Amino acid sequence: MRNTFSETLYAEATANPDVYIVVADISPAGSMGKFSSEYPERFVNVGVAEQSMIGIAAGLALKGCQPFAYTIATFSLYRPFEMIRDDLCYQNLPVTVVGMGAGVIYSTLGGTHHTQEDIAIASALPNMQVLAPCDPLECIEATRWCAQQKNGPVYLRIGKAGEPVLTANAEPWQFGKLRYLRRGSDVCILTYGVITAMAVEIADKLAAQGRSVSLVSAHTLKPLDRDGVTASLQQHRHVVVIEEHAPQGGLASQVKQIAWDVRATCRLDTFTLQDAFIHNYGSTSDLLAAHGLSPERILAKIG
Amino acid sequence: MTQASFDARAARTRCQRYRRRILDISQRVSALHIGGAFSCTEIVDAIYNALMRKPGLSSPDTFLMSKGHGCMIQYVVLEELGVLSRADLDAYCTPHGRLGVHPDYGNPGIEASTGSLGHGLSMVVGMALAERGKRRDGMIYTVLSDGETQEGSTWEAVLMASSLKLTNIVAFIDNNDFQSLGRTSETHPSLYPLTAKFDAFGWETAEIDGHDSAAIFRAVSLRKGDRPLMVVARTTKGKGVSYMENAPIWHYRAPNKDEYAQAIRELETQA
Repeated sequence: MRNTFSETLYAEATANPDVYIVVADISPAGSMGKFSSEYPERFVNVGVAEQSMIGIAAGLALKGCQPFAYTIATFSLYRPFEMIRDDLCYQNLPVTVVGMGAGVIYSTLGGTHHTQEDIAIASALPNMQVLAPCDPLECIEATRWCAQQKNGPVYLRIGKAGEPVLTANAEPWQFGKLRYLRRGSDVCILTYGVITAMAVEIADKLAAQGRSVSLVSAHTLKPLDRDGVTASLQQHRHVVVIEEHAPQGGLASQVKQIAWDVRATCRLDTFTLQDAFIHNYGSTSDLLAAHGLSPERILAKIG
Repeated sequence: MTQASFDARAARTRCQRYRRRILDISQRVSALHIGGAFSCTEIVDAIYNALMRKPGLSSPDTFLMSKGHGCMIQYVVLEELGVLSRADLDAYCTPHGRLGVHPDYGNPGIEASTGSLGHGLSMVVGMALAERGKRRDGMIYTVLSDGETQEGSTWEAVLMASSLKLTNIVAFIDNNDFQSLGRTSETHPSLYPLTAKFDAFGWETAEIDGHDSAAIFRAVSLRKGDRPLMVVARTTKGKGVSYMENAPIWHYRAPNKDEYAQAIRELETQA
């Protein structure tokens, strides 16, 4: 997904001379080579200095530019949090903070590199918009939208590498709207981000059992499509939320709030990361399973 | 780039007038940070009235008040320039006003919201970079407090400004040697001498008396201009009013009626 992000941003920078990227010592694997060699004056590497990454992006935006600030998610959002709040959100500047490798993708790097709370933290900030594409194609749509919008700051949560394409035949991507990857009438799985691949596997297995399954990418976490969520709660007998995020302040807790507000009568199950630092060092799937997120466990619970 | 000459006598008169206006405002609402506004009065005056081209909303140059708590002086200068109205300043810190104790982006003449320290210089770097990218010749001026040099984020920006060779930055340190708890030189003696630190990080530097308007103008107009410029200005917190000078309480207090009258008398003798 990061390569898709880089290529899309390069294309946007080619079309718009105001597009800048400020990175904090992101490795060459971040595939920013083309951007940095062709537009060196618009590629800024601050080094290991995330506070100035955000401040510099704010200064660029104050002068009419369209900057992106880009590094691994924990460092792009947590380390310079006050700069994001004051410089970007308080001033309502169109800067995109890109959190790469969010969730527990950096599974062997330990808790310092796990981004478990970012949606809650970013969503709590006034003026902040939050996007989390589920596959490379959604990443293209989201990145394009970020490069062209003037509404205010965006937190763009992306994966890393190897994410499969899941949305080739889906309905068009639209900012702020739930996106049905498939439509059914029985179970509705609401999800977003990289873990959508696991949701696809679960949806396939439920379908094989004869269930009619909806699968929905909630790629815009803020503003969340309340009407869309309400409709999903009202049109299905069973709604399941799956997310690679802490139980507080993510999609699961928001869907529960909406369900209460609209007196939803469907069954509602939520599956999230635990409210815990888990000291495991396996694959991403191993980490997710340690948090309780595996197709087997989810299927057993919702079966 | 700057005006060819500088009338130091006119600057003295203006600065006396600015300080009086700040004291006047302090009698209606409790104006905070008078001491820090008075320490950088001559610097802010010189930036707007001698260094920036066409000071006001149409200036190609930019001033960002990194030490946001000193913004009273920025407000009164912007009032004289006609950017902020008398009504704006009269409504300072009132329910109907739009000007608060720290400057807010979106108000006329206010280029960025500051107040939390250590944010300004990074935004200045971004602004300077944008000016260069857009092939414009705008200068970016800023004033930092010496307390701000204790923020790590300030040094991130110091490194970036010189690494990016941003020759369009002119920064001042309002080195009044005070922070809330006492003298900055006592909090971090290892930070001093301060000027040498910026020198070592690739900035052009100058060290001046920050209440000498002509010296401020000279330091900027004589710069080589091949690097960002940091002017370390020795200043006195509360400058101009004897009982406020170097007295940390005037970071927070507003003078009562008797104190106000004495301050006005003292300023008049300096005119």
